[in-house]
Amino acid sequence: MSVLAVEGITLRLGGRRVLGPISAAFAPGRVTAVLGPNGAGKSSLLACLAGLHTPDEGQVLLGGQPRSTFALRDLARQIGLLPQGGDVHWDVDVATLVALGRYPHRPRWGKTEADRQAVARAMKATDTARFASRTMTALSGGERARVLMARVLAGEPQWLLADEPLANLDPAHQLETLACLRDVARGGAGVIVVLHDLGHALRVADEILLLCDGEAIAQGAPDAVLTPERIAATYSVAAEIGTTPDGERFIVTSSMAR
Amino acid sequence: MSRSLSLNLGLCVVILAAMLLSLMAGKVWIPLDAWIAGDPRWPIIAELRLPRTVLAALVGAGLGLSGAAMQGYLRNPLADPGLFGVSSGAALGAVISLYFGYAAAPWLLPASALAGAAITMALLALLVGQSGSIIVFTLAGVILSSVAGSMTALAISLAPTPFATAQIVTWLMGALTDRSWDDVRLALPLLALGCLLLAFTGRTLDALTLGESAARSMGVDPRRLQLLIVIGVALCVGASVATAGIIGFVGLIVPHLVRPFVGNRPSAVLLPSALAGALLLLLADSLVRAIPTVSELRLGIAMSMLGGPFFLVLLLRMRRRFA
Repeated sequence: MSVLAVEGITLRLGGRRVLGPISAAFAPGRVTAVLGPNGAGKSSLLACLAGLHTPDEGQVLLGGQPRSTFALRDLARQIGLLPQGGDVHWDVDVATLVALGRYPHRPRWGKTEADRQAVARAMKATDTARFASRTMTALSGGERARVLMARVLAGEPQWLLADEPLANLDPAHQLETLACLRDVARGGAGVIVVLHDLGHALRVADEILLLCDGEAIAQGAPDAVLTPERIAATYSVAAEIGTTPDGERFIVTSSMAR
Repeated sequence: MSRSLSLNLGLCVVILAAMLLSLMAGKVWIPLDAWIAGDPRWPIIAELRLPRTVLAALVGAGLGLSGAAMQGYLRNPLADPGLFGVSSGAALGAVISLYFGYAAAPWLLPASALAGAAITMALLALLVGQSGSIIVFTLAGVILSSVAGSMTALAISLAPTPFATAQIVTWLMGALTDRSWDDVRLALPLLALGCLLLAFTGRTLDALTLGESAARSMGVDPRRLQLLIVIGVALCVGASVATAGIIGFVGLIVPHLVRPFVGNRPSAVLLPSALAGALLLLLADSLVRAIPTVSELRLGIAMSMLGGPFFLVLLLRMRRRFA
Protein backbone atom coordinates (compact mmCIF):
# COMPACT_ATOMS: atom_id res chain seq x y z
CA MET A 1 0.00 0.00 0.00
CA SER A 2 1.15 3.55 -0.70
CA VAL A 3 2.84 5.80 1.80
CA LEU A 4 1.35 9.11 2.88
CA ALA A 5 3.91 11.85 3.40
CA VAL A 6 4.38 15.58 3.76
CA GLU A 7 7.47 17.09 2.18
CA GLY A 8 8.65 20.43 3.55
CA ILE A 9 5.12 21.81 3.95
CA THR A 10 4.36 25.19 5.47
CA LEU A 11 0.86 26.48 6.15
CA ARG A 12 -0.07 30.08 6.93
CA LEU A 13 -3.53 31.05 8.13
CA GLY A 14 -4.49 34.72 8.46
CA GLY A 15 -0.88 35.69 7.70
CA ARG A 16 0.47 33.63 10.63
CA ARG A 17 2.54 30.49 10.16
CA VAL A 18 0.66 27.67 11.88
CA LEU A 19 2.57 24.72 10.52
CA GLY A 20 6.00 23.86 9.16
CA PRO A 21 8.31 23.66 7.58
CA ILE A 22 7.70 20.01 8.30
CA SER A 23 8.49 16.70 6.59
CA ALA A 24 7.14 13.38 7.78
CA ALA A 25 6.11 10.02 6.34
CA PHE A 26 3.37 7.70 7.59
CA ALA A 27 3.34 3.96 7.10
CA PRO A 28 0.26 1.87 6.32
CA GLY A 29 -0.89 -0.74 8.84
CA ARG A 30 0.36 1.37 11.75
CA VAL A 31 -1.17 3.79 14.25
CA THR A 32 0.70 7.09 14.31
CA ALA A 33 -0.24 9.42 17.14
CA VAL A 34 0.29 13.13 16.49
CA LEU A 35 1.03 14.85 19.80
CA GLY A 36 1.89 18.35 20.89
CA PRO A 37 0.60 21.18 23.07
CA ASN A 38 -2.36 23.36 22.04
CA GLY A 39 -1.52 25.39 18.94
CA ALA A 40 1.30 23.03 17.92
CA GLY A 41 -0.25 22.50 14.47
CA LYS A 42 -1.68 18.99 14.93
CA SER A 43 -5.11 19.70 13.43
CA SER A 44 -3.52 21.83 10.68
CA LEU A 45 -1.31 18.89 9.72
CA LEU A 46 -4.34 16.60 9.54
CA ALA A 47 -6.24 19.22 7.50
CA CYS A 48 -3.34 19.37 5.02
CA LEU A 49 -3.21 15.58 4.77
CA ALA A 50 -7.00 15.41 4.24
CA GLY A 51 -6.91 18.12 1.58
CA LEU A 52 -8.83 20.75 3.57
CA HIS A 53 -5.88 23.15 3.36
CA THR A 54 -3.38 23.55 0.58
CA PRO A 55 0.10 24.13 2.00
CA ASP A 56 1.75 27.44 1.07
CA GLU A 57 5.02 25.62 0.46
CA GLY A 58 5.95 21.97 0.00
CA GLN A 59 3.58 19.18 -0.94
CA VAL A 60 1.55 16.26 0.36
CA LEU A 61 2.43 12.99 -1.35
CA LEU A 62 0.24 9.92 -1.65
CA GLY A 63 2.10 6.90 -2.97
CA GLY A 64 4.84 9.24 -4.16
CA GLN A 65 2.40 11.31 -6.24
CA PRO A 66 1.55 14.93 -5.29
CA ARG A 67 -1.93 15.12 -3.75
CA SER A 68 -2.91 17.81 -6.27
CA THR A 69 -2.72 15.24 -9.08
CA PHE A 70 -5.64 13.26 -7.59
CA ALA A 71 -9.29 14.09 -8.29
CA LEU A 72 -11.23 15.09 -5.14
CA ARG A 73 -13.34 11.93 -5.30
CA ASP A 74 -10.28 9.63 -5.73
CA LEU A 75 -8.56 11.25 -2.79
CA ALA A 76 -11.70 10.90 -0.65
CA ARG A 77 -11.83 7.17 -1.44
CA GLN A 78 -8.32 6.74 -0.06
CA ILE A 79 -8.30 9.16 2.88
CA GLY A 80 -11.11 9.25 5.47
CA LEU A 81 -11.27 12.10 7.98
CA LEU A 82 -12.98 12.04 11.36
CA PRO A 83 -13.03 15.76 12.16
CA GLN A 84 -12.94 17.29 15.61
CA GLY A 85 -16.32 18.08 17.14
CA GLY A 86 -18.44 15.77 15.00
CA ASP A 87 -21.12 18.17 13.75
CA VAL A 88 -24.38 16.65 12.56
CA HIS A 89 -26.66 19.40 11.29
CA TRP A 90 -29.82 17.42 10.57
CA ASP A 91 -31.25 14.88 12.97
CA VAL A 92 -30.99 11.87 10.65
CA ASP A 93 -31.11 8.23 11.73
CA VAL A 94 -27.93 6.27 12.41
CA ALA A 95 -28.17 4.05 9.30
CA THR A 96 -28.52 7.12 7.05
CA LEU A 97 -25.59 8.84 8.69
CA VAL A 98 -23.26 5.84 8.40
CA ALA A 99 -24.25 5.40 4.75
CA LEU A 100 -23.00 8.95 4.07
CA GLY A 101 -19.51 7.46 4.40
CA ARG A 102 -20.07 5.82 1.00
CA TYR A 103 -20.39 9.23 -0.72
CA PRO A 104 -17.03 8.98 -2.56
CA HIS A 105 -17.87 5.46 -3.83
CA ARG A 106 -21.53 5.54 -4.68
CA PRO A 107 -22.90 6.08 -8.18
CA ARG A 108 -24.96 9.24 -8.70
CA TRP A 109 -28.27 7.44 -8.23
CA GLY A 110 -29.01 4.46 -5.99
CA LYS A 111 -26.56 2.28 -4.09
CA THR A 112 -24.69 -0.91 -4.90
CA GLU A 113 -24.39 -4.19 -3.00
CA ALA A 114 -20.79 -3.21 -2.17
CA ASP A 115 -22.13 -0.05 -0.48
CA ARG A 116 -24.60 -2.04 1.61
CA GLN A 117 -21.94 -4.51 2.69
CA ALA A 118 -19.41 -1.80 3.57
CA VAL A 119 -22.01 -0.01 5.74
CA ALA A 120 -22.93 -3.30 7.45
CA ARG A 121 -19.24 -4.06 8.15
CA ALA A 122 -18.65 -0.56 9.57
CA MET A 123 -21.69 -0.83 11.84
CA LYS A 124 -20.60 -4.26 13.03
CA ALA A 125 -17.05 -3.06 13.76
CA THR A 126 -18.36 -0.20 15.86
CA ASP A 127 -21.28 -2.13 17.38
CA THR A 128 -23.78 0.44 16.13
CA ALA A 129 -26.13 -1.85 14.18
CA ARG A 130 -28.43 -2.35 17.18
CA PHE A 131 -29.47 1.31 17.21
CA ALA A 132 -29.46 1.79 13.42
CA SER A 133 -32.99 3.22 13.37
CA ARG A 134 -32.49 5.70 16.21
CA THR A 135 -31.86 9.34 15.36
CA MET A 136 -28.63 11.10 16.29
CA THR A 137 -30.20 13.26 19.02
CA ALA A 138 -31.44 10.10 20.76
CA LEU A 139 -27.88 8.82 21.31
CA SER A 140 -25.49 9.23 24.23
CA GLY A 141 -22.10 10.90 23.67
CA GLY A 142 -20.34 7.54 23.44
CA GLU A 143 -22.85 6.08 20.98
CA ARG A 144 -22.64 9.22 18.89
CA ALA A 145 -18.84 8.99 18.70
CA ARG A 146 -19.09 5.36 17.57
CA VAL A 147 -21.59 6.25 14.86
CA LEU A 148 -19.32 9.00 13.55
CA MET A 149 -16.44 6.53 13.50
CA ALA A 150 -18.67 4.05 11.62
CA ARG A 151 -19.35 6.74 9.01
CA VAL A 152 -15.63 7.05 8.25
CA LEU A 153 -15.08 3.28 8.31
CA ALA A 154 -17.96 2.79 5.83
CA GLY A 155 -15.81 4.56 3.24
CA GLU A 156 -13.16 1.83 3.76
CA PRO A 157 -10.32 4.32 3.41
CA GLN A 158 -6.69 3.26 3.14
CA TRP A 159 -5.89 6.11 5.52
CA LEU A 160 -7.92 7.06 8.56
CA LEU A 161 -7.23 10.51 9.99
CA ALA A 162 -8.89 11.14 13.36
CA ASP A 163 -8.72 14.54 15.04
CA GLU A 164 -9.06 14.16 18.82
CA PRO A 165 -11.57 11.28 18.64
CA LEU A 166 -11.45 10.80 22.43
CA ALA A 167 -12.70 14.30 23.33
CA ASN A 168 -15.77 14.20 25.63
CA LEU A 169 -15.65 10.41 26.02
CA ASP A 170 -15.52 8.59 29.36
CA PRO A 171 -12.54 6.25 30.01
CA ALA A 172 -14.37 3.11 28.86
CA HIS A 173 -15.44 4.69 25.57
CA GLN A 174 -11.96 6.13 25.08
CA LEU A 175 -10.48 2.64 25.32
CA GLU A 176 -13.15 1.27 22.96
CA THR A 177 -12.34 3.93 20.38
CA LEU A 178 -8.61 3.28 20.65
CA ALA A 179 -9.21 -0.46 20.22
CA CYS A 180 -11.24 0.30 17.12
CA LEU A 181 -8.38 2.39 15.68
CA ARG A 182 -5.96 -0.48 16.39
CA ASP A 183 -8.31 -2.88 14.56
CA VAL A 184 -8.37 -0.58 11.54
CA ALA A 185 -4.57 -0.55 11.45
CA ARG A 186 -4.50 -4.32 11.88
CA GLY A 187 -6.69 -4.51 8.78
CA GLY A 188 -3.91 -2.82 6.81
CA ALA A 189 -5.02 0.83 6.77
CA GLY A 190 -2.78 3.61 8.04
CA VAL A 191 -4.17 5.44 11.09
CA ILE A 192 -3.06 8.96 12.00
CA VAL A 193 -4.68 10.17 15.20
CA VAL A 194 -4.35 13.45 17.09
CA LEU A 195 -4.28 12.75 20.83
CA HIS A 196 -3.81 14.80 23.97
CA ASP A 197 -3.40 11.97 26.45
CA LEU A 198 0.26 10.94 26.45
CA GLY A 199 -0.53 7.65 28.24
CA HIS A 200 -2.98 6.59 25.53
CA ALA A 201 -0.41 7.46 22.87
CA LEU A 202 2.24 5.43 24.63
CA ARG A 203 0.00 2.37 24.82
CA VAL A 204 -1.76 2.50 21.47
CA ALA A 205 0.56 4.06 18.93
CA ASP A 206 3.16 2.23 16.88
CA GLU A 207 4.77 5.55 16.20
CA ILE A 208 4.55 9.08 17.58
CA LEU A 209 5.01 12.40 15.79
CA LEU A 210 5.64 15.14 18.33
CA LEU A 211 4.93 18.71 17.21
CA CYS A 212 5.70 22.05 18.84
CA ASP A 213 5.16 25.50 17.31
CA GLY A 214 4.26 23.93 13.98
CA GLU A 215 7.48 21.96 13.68
CA ALA A 216 8.27 18.28 14.18
CA ILE A 217 10.32 17.79 17.33
CA ALA A 218 10.62 14.03 16.97
CA GLN A 219 9.12 11.06 15.16
CA GLY A 220 9.66 7.41 16.04
CA ALA A 221 8.74 4.64 18.46
CA PRO A 222 6.69 5.84 21.50
CA ASP A 223 9.40 4.97 24.05
CA ALA A 224 12.05 6.78 22.05
CA VAL A 225 9.97 9.94 21.48
CA LEU A 226 8.23 10.31 24.85
CA THR A 227 11.07 10.83 27.28
CA PRO A 228 10.67 12.91 30.48
CA GLU A 229 13.14 15.48 29.12
CA ARG A 230 11.31 15.91 25.81
CA ILE A 231 7.90 16.08 27.53
CA ALA A 232 9.27 18.77 29.88
CA ALA A 233 10.69 20.76 26.96
CA THR A 234 7.50 20.48 24.86
CA TYR A 235 4.67 20.67 27.40
CA SER A 236 6.43 22.41 30.32
CA VAL A 237 5.32 19.64 32.71
CA ALA A 238 7.27 17.08 34.70
CA ALA A 239 6.60 13.50 33.58
CA GLU A 240 7.20 10.15 35.16
CA ILE A 241 6.99 7.09 32.93
CA GLY A 242 6.39 3.65 34.40
CA THR A 243 5.00 0.17 33.80
CA THR A 244 2.09 -1.52 35.61
CA PRO A 245 2.43 -5.09 36.94
CA ASP A 246 0.49 -6.14 33.79
CA GLY A 247 3.16 -4.62 31.61
CA GLU A 248 1.02 -1.58 30.57
CA ARG A 249 3.02 1.63 30.14
CA PHE A 250 1.75 4.80 31.83
CA ILE A 251 2.75 8.43 32.22
CA VAL A 252 2.03 10.64 35.24
CA THR A 253 2.45 14.36 34.70
CA SER A 254 2.76 17.12 37.29
CA SER A 255 3.58 20.83 37.39
CA MET A 256 7.24 21.56 37.12
CA ALA A 257 8.96 22.75 40.32
CA ARG A 258 9.80 26.41 39.95
CA MET B 1 -43.22 0.74 -0.90
CA SER B 2 -40.97 3.25 0.87
CA ARG B 3 -42.52 6.16 2.74
CA SER B 4 -40.84 8.59 0.37
CA LEU B 5 -42.32 6.95 -2.72
CA SER B 6 -45.80 6.70 -1.20
CA LEU B 7 -45.69 10.37 -0.20
CA ASN B 8 -44.57 11.47 -3.68
CA LEU B 9 -47.22 9.36 -5.43
CA GLY B 10 -49.87 10.57 -2.98
CA LEU B 11 -48.87 14.19 -3.59
CA CYS B 12 -49.09 13.68 -7.38
CA VAL B 13 -52.66 12.40 -7.06
CA VAL B 14 -53.68 15.26 -4.76
CA ILE B 15 -52.04 17.78 -7.11
CA LEU B 16 -54.17 16.48 -9.99
CA ALA B 17 -57.26 16.87 -7.83
CA ALA B 18 -56.16 20.38 -6.80
CA MET B 19 -55.64 21.29 -10.46
CA LEU B 20 -59.21 20.22 -11.23
CA LEU B 21 -60.44 22.29 -8.29
CA SER B 22 -58.37 25.24 -9.51
CA LEU B 23 -60.00 24.99 -12.94
CA MET B 24 -63.48 24.96 -11.43
CA ALA B 25 -62.98 27.66 -8.78
CA GLY B 26 -63.37 31.37 -9.44
CA LYS B 27 -65.93 34.16 -9.54
CA VAL B 28 -67.93 31.80 -11.71
CA TRP B 29 -67.99 28.15 -10.55
CA ILE B 30 -67.60 25.96 -13.61
CA PRO B 31 -68.56 22.32 -12.97
CA LEU B 32 -66.82 19.39 -14.66
CA ASP B 33 -69.69 18.74 -17.09
CA ALA B 34 -69.06 22.09 -18.77
CA TRP B 35 -65.63 20.92 -19.91
CA ILE B 36 -66.76 19.70 -23.23
CA ALA B 37 -65.96 21.40 -26.49
CA GLY B 38 -68.75 23.69 -27.54
CA ASP B 39 -69.76 24.78 -24.05
CA PRO B 40 -69.70 28.60 -23.98
CA ARG B 41 -67.69 28.51 -20.74
CA TRP B 42 -64.89 26.46 -22.31
CA PRO B 43 -62.75 29.52 -23.31
CA ILE B 44 -62.76 30.61 -19.64
CA ILE B 45 -61.14 27.30 -18.75
CA ALA B 46 -58.75 27.00 -21.69
CA GLU B 47 -57.56 30.59 -21.96
CA LEU B 48 -57.94 32.03 -18.45
CA ARG B 49 -57.91 29.28 -15.86
CA LEU B 50 -55.68 26.59 -17.36
CA PRO B 51 -52.59 28.82 -17.79
CA ARG B 52 -53.12 30.17 -14.28
CA THR B 53 -53.43 26.66 -12.85
CA VAL B 54 -50.34 25.44 -14.68
CA LEU B 55 -48.38 28.51 -13.61
CA ALA B 56 -49.44 28.08 -9.96
CA ALA B 57 -48.17 24.49 -10.01
CA LEU B 58 -44.90 25.46 -11.73
CA VAL B 59 -44.15 28.43 -9.49
CA GLY B 60 -45.09 26.50 -6.35
CA ALA B 61 -42.84 23.60 -7.34
CA GLY B 62 -39.92 25.92 -8.12
CA LEU B 63 -40.27 27.82 -4.83
CA GLY B 64 -40.74 24.64 -2.78
CA LEU B 65 -37.68 22.97 -4.29
CA SER B 66 -35.59 26.14 -3.93
CA GLY B 67 -36.56 26.38 -0.27
CA ALA B 68 -35.60 22.76 0.42
CA ALA B 69 -32.27 23.18 -1.41
CA MET B 70 -31.47 26.43 0.43
CA GLN B 71 -32.29 24.90 3.83
CA GLY B 72 -30.12 21.88 3.01
CA TYR B 73 -27.27 24.03 1.74
CA LEU B 74 -27.27 26.48 4.64
CA ARG B 75 -28.15 23.65 7.07
CA ASN B 76 -30.72 25.97 8.55
CA PRO B 77 -34.45 25.18 8.74
CA LEU B 78 -35.25 28.91 8.62
CA ALA B 79 -33.48 29.54 5.31
CA ASP B 80 -35.64 30.84 2.49
CA PRO B 81 -34.97 31.13 -1.26
CA GLY B 82 -35.35 34.91 -0.90
CA LEU B 83 -32.36 34.99 1.44
CA PHE B 84 -29.69 35.57 -1.15
CA GLY B 85 -31.28 38.52 -2.85
CA VAL B 86 -32.38 37.12 -6.21
CA SER B 87 -36.08 37.62 -5.51
CA SER B 88 -35.44 41.20 -4.31
CA GLY B 89 -33.31 41.81 -7.42
CA ALA B 90 -36.03 40.42 -9.69
CA ALA B 91 -38.62 42.54 -7.89
CA LEU B 92 -36.45 45.64 -8.33
CA GLY B 93 -36.18 44.92 -12.08
CA ALA B 94 -39.97 44.66 -12.35
CA VAL B 95 -40.50 47.78 -10.22
CA ILE B 96 -38.13 49.79 -12.44
CA SER B 97 -40.16 48.77 -15.50
CA LEU B 98 -43.37 49.85 -13.74
CA TYR B 99 -41.73 53.10 -12.59
CA PHE B 100 -40.83 54.12 -16.13
CA GLY B 101 -44.10 52.86 -17.54
CA TYR B 102 -42.36 50.19 -19.64
CA ALA B 103 -44.86 47.63 -18.46
CA ALA B 104 -47.13 48.79 -21.30
CA ALA B 105 -45.64 46.01 -23.43
CA PRO B 106 -46.66 42.78 -21.70
CA TRP B 107 -43.25 41.07 -22.08
CA LEU B 108 -41.23 43.98 -20.66
CA LEU B 109 -42.11 43.49 -17.00
CA PRO B 110 -41.08 39.81 -16.80
CA ALA B 111 -38.04 40.54 -18.96
CA SER B 112 -36.96 43.33 -16.56
CA ALA B 113 -37.56 41.04 -13.59
CA LEU B 114 -35.41 38.32 -15.16
CA ALA B 115 -32.70 40.89 -15.91
CA GLY B 116 -32.85 41.99 -12.24
CA ALA B 117 -32.49 38.36 -11.11
CA ALA B 118 -29.57 37.75 -13.50
CA ILE B 119 -27.72 40.93 -12.39
CA THR B 120 -28.20 40.00 -8.71
CA MET B 121 -26.92 36.49 -9.40
CA ALA B 122 -23.85 37.87 -11.18
CA LEU B 123 -23.17 40.30 -8.31
CA LEU B 124 -23.57 37.47 -5.81
CA ALA B 125 -21.05 35.33 -7.72
CA LEU B 126 -18.68 38.32 -7.85
CA LEU B 127 -18.99 39.04 -4.11
CA VAL B 128 -18.54 35.40 -3.08
CA GLY B 129 -15.59 34.91 -5.46
CA GLN B 130 -13.73 31.63 -5.34
CA SER B 131 -14.15 31.07 -1.60
CA GLY B 132 -17.10 28.65 -1.69
CA SER B 133 -17.74 29.76 1.91
CA ILE B 134 -21.33 29.47 3.13
CA ILE B 135 -20.91 32.39 5.56
CA VAL B 136 -19.64 34.75 2.82
CA PHE B 137 -22.49 33.52 0.59
CA THR B 138 -25.14 34.28 3.22
CA LEU B 139 -23.71 37.71 4.05
CA ALA B 140 -23.43 38.65 0.36
CA GLY B 141 -27.06 37.57 -0.12
CA VAL B 142 -28.26 39.63 2.83
CA ILE B 143 -26.39 42.71 1.52
CA LEU B 144 -27.83 42.36 -2.00
CA SER B 145 -31.30 41.71 -0.63
CA SER B 146 -31.26 44.81 1.53
CA VAL B 147 -29.79 47.04 -1.22
CA ALA B 148 -32.43 45.85 -3.72
CA GLY B 149 -35.14 46.30 -1.07
CA SER B 150 -34.07 49.88 -0.36
CA MET B 151 -33.94 50.69 -4.08
CA THR B 152 -37.47 49.31 -4.45
CA ALA B 153 -38.65 51.49 -1.54
CA LEU B 154 -36.94 54.48 -3.20
CA ALA B 155 -38.75 53.78 -6.48
CA ILE B 156 -42.09 53.66 -4.63
CA SER B 157 -41.46 56.91 -2.79
CA LEU B 158 -40.29 58.73 -5.96
CA ALA B 159 -42.92 57.23 -8.29
CA PRO B 160 -43.99 59.82 -10.90
CA THR B 161 -47.74 59.33 -10.37
CA PRO B 162 -49.99 57.90 -7.65
CA PHE B 163 -51.08 55.36 -10.25
CA ALA B 164 -47.50 54.12 -10.67
CA THR B 165 -47.15 53.86 -6.87
CA ALA B 166 -50.36 51.83 -6.63
CA GLN B 167 -49.28 49.64 -9.54
CA ILE B 168 -45.89 48.92 -7.94
CA VAL B 169 -47.31 48.19 -4.49
CA THR B 170 -50.01 45.92 -5.91
CA TRP B 171 -47.54 44.06 -8.10
CA LEU B 172 -45.17 43.51 -5.18
CA MET B 173 -47.90 41.64 -3.32
CA GLY B 174 -47.69 38.82 -5.85
CA ALA B 175 -50.58 37.25 -7.74
CA LEU B 176 -51.46 34.94 -10.59
CA THR B 177 -54.40 37.02 -11.79
CA ASP B 178 -54.78 37.31 -15.58
CA ARG B 179 -51.73 35.19 -16.38
CA SER B 180 -51.66 33.78 -19.90
CA TRP B 181 -49.93 31.02 -21.84
CA ASP B 182 -47.16 33.56 -22.62
CA ASP B 183 -46.28 33.60 -18.92
CA VAL B 184 -46.24 29.79 -18.86
CA ARG B 185 -43.98 29.72 -21.93
CA LEU B 186 -41.59 32.15 -20.22
CA ALA B 187 -41.50 30.40 -16.84
CA LEU B 188 -41.51 26.75 -17.91
CA PRO B 189 -38.03 26.39 -19.47
CA LEU B 190 -36.37 28.48 -16.74
CA LEU B 191 -38.08 26.60 -13.91
CA ALA B 192 -37.38 23.23 -15.54
CA LEU B 193 -33.67 24.01 -15.88
CA GLY B 194 -33.49 25.42 -12.33
CA CYS B 195 -35.23 22.36 -10.86
CA LEU B 196 -32.96 20.02 -12.82
CA LEU B 197 -29.83 21.73 -11.46
CA LEU B 198 -31.18 21.60 -7.89
CA ALA B 199 -32.10 17.92 -8.28
CA PHE B 200 -28.39 17.20 -8.86
CA THR B 201 -27.43 18.70 -5.48
CA GLY B 202 -29.28 16.09 -3.38
CA ARG B 203 -26.48 13.72 -2.39
CA THR B 204 -23.99 16.55 -1.90
CA LEU B 205 -26.44 18.27 0.44
CA ASP B 206 -26.65 15.00 2.37
CA ALA B 207 -22.84 14.99 2.77
CA LEU B 208 -23.00 18.57 4.04
CA THR B 209 -25.04 17.28 6.99
CA LEU B 210 -21.68 16.41 8.58
CA GLY B 211 -20.36 19.97 8.26
CA GLU B 212 -18.14 21.62 5.70
CA SER B 213 -14.85 19.98 6.74
CA ALA B 214 -16.19 16.43 6.70
CA ALA B 215 -18.03 17.05 3.42
CA ARG B 216 -14.90 18.37 1.73
CA SER B 217 -12.89 15.41 2.99
CA MET B 218 -15.55 13.18 1.40
CA GLY B 219 -14.88 14.71 -2.01
CA VAL B 220 -17.50 17.49 -2.07
CA ASP B 221 -16.40 20.44 -4.20
CA PRO B 222 -17.89 23.43 -2.33
CA ARG B 223 -17.53 25.82 -5.28
CA ARG B 224 -19.36 23.48 -7.67
CA LEU B 225 -22.14 22.98 -5.14
CA GLN B 226 -22.46 26.71 -4.56
CA LEU B 227 -22.64 27.34 -8.30
CA LEU B 228 -25.40 24.75 -8.75
CA ILE B 229 -27.38 26.20 -5.84
CA VAL B 230 -26.97 29.84 -6.96
CA ILE B 231 -27.93 29.19 -10.59
CA GLY B 232 -30.69 26.69 -9.75
CA VAL B 233 -32.34 28.90 -7.12
CA ALA B 234 -31.87 32.04 -9.25
CA LEU B 235 -33.60 30.42 -12.24
CA CYS B 236 -36.51 29.15 -10.13
CA VAL B 237 -36.97 32.31 -8.08
CA GLY B 238 -36.28 34.67 -11.00
CA ALA B 239 -38.88 32.94 -13.19
CA SER B 240 -41.37 32.86 -10.30
CA VAL B 241 -41.02 36.56 -9.46
CA ALA B 242 -41.10 37.51 -13.15
CA THR B 243 -44.44 35.80 -13.69
CA ALA B 244 -46.14 35.96 -10.29
CA GLY B 245 -44.45 38.69 -8.23
CA ILE B 246 -43.19 38.09 -4.72
CA ILE B 247 -44.87 35.10 -3.08
CA GLY B 248 -43.21 34.49 0.24
CA PHE B 249 -43.31 31.62 2.70
CA VAL B 250 -43.75 28.77 0.17
CA GLY B 251 -40.05 27.86 0.18
CA LEU B 252 -39.87 28.32 3.93
CA ILE B 253 -42.96 26.35 4.95
CA VAL B 254 -43.04 23.44 2.53
CA PRO B 255 -39.85 21.58 3.63
CA HIS B 256 -41.19 21.67 7.22
CA LEU B 257 -44.45 20.10 6.06
CA VAL B 258 -42.76 17.15 4.35
CA ARG B 259 -40.00 16.36 6.90
CA PRO B 260 -42.33 14.53 9.33
CA PHE B 261 -43.07 12.07 6.49
CA VAL B 262 -39.66 11.59 4.83
CA GLY B 263 -37.20 12.44 7.60
CA ASN B 264 -34.53 15.11 7.71
CA ARG B 265 -32.13 13.84 5.02
CA PRO B 266 -31.84 16.84 2.66
CA SER B 267 -32.03 14.82 -0.58
CA ALA B 268 -35.19 13.05 0.61
CA VAL B 269 -36.86 16.43 1.19
CA LEU B 270 -36.23 17.86 -2.32
CA LEU B 271 -38.84 16.14 -4.53
CA PRO B 272 -41.70 16.12 -1.99
CA SER B 273 -41.01 19.82 -1.33
CA ALA B 274 -41.42 20.58 -5.03
CA LEU B 275 -44.69 18.61 -5.13
CA ALA B 276 -46.01 20.06 -1.86
CA GLY B 277 -45.07 23.57 -3.07
CA ALA B 278 -47.13 23.05 -6.21
CA LEU B 279 -50.06 21.75 -4.14
CA LEU B 280 -49.88 24.59 -1.62
CA LEU B 281 -49.90 27.29 -4.28
CA LEU B 282 -52.70 25.60 -6.25
CA LEU B 283 -54.88 25.45 -3.13
CA ALA B 284 -54.00 28.99 -2.01
CA ASP B 285 -54.73 30.37 -5.50
CA SER B 286 -58.07 28.54 -5.63
CA LEU B 287 -58.89 29.95 -2.19
CA VAL B 288 -58.17 33.59 -3.09
CA ARG B 289 -60.46 33.21 -6.11
CA ALA B 290 -63.22 31.58 -4.13
CA ILE B 291 -63.27 34.13 -1.29
CA PRO B 292 -66.09 36.60 -2.03
CA THR B 293 -64.11 39.88 -1.89
CA VAL B 294 -64.72 42.97 -4.05
CA SER B 295 -61.32 42.71 -5.71
CA GLU B 296 -59.45 39.43 -5.68
CA LEU B 297 -57.25 38.88 -2.62
CA ARG B 298 -53.55 38.94 -3.65
CA LEU B 299 -51.89 35.52 -3.49
CA GLY B 300 -48.76 36.94 -1.80
CA ILE B 301 -50.93 38.33 1.02
CA ALA B 302 -52.78 35.03 1.40
CA MET B 303 -49.47 33.15 1.70
CA SER B 304 -48.19 35.61 4.31
CA MET B 305 -51.43 35.17 6.27
CA LEU B 306 -50.89 31.40 6.20
CA GLY B 307 -47.17 31.72 6.97
CA GLY B 308 -47.55 33.76 10.17
CA PRO B 309 -49.70 31.23 12.07
CA PHE B 310 -47.58 28.38 10.71
CA PHE B 311 -44.48 29.85 12.29
CA LEU B 312 -46.37 30.48 15.50
CA VAL B 313 -47.10 26.74 15.68
CA LEU B 314 -43.44 25.97 14.93
CA LEU B 315 -42.34 28.34 17.69
CA LEU B 316 -44.73 26.79 20.22
CA ARG B 317 -43.47 23.31 19.32
CA MET B 318 -39.83 24.41 19.69
CA ARG B 319 -40.63 26.04 23.03
CA ARG B 320 -42.14 22.79 24.27
CA ARG B 321 -39.05 20.87 23.13
CA PHE B 322 -36.67 23.23 24.93
CA ALA B 323 -38.80 23.42 28.08
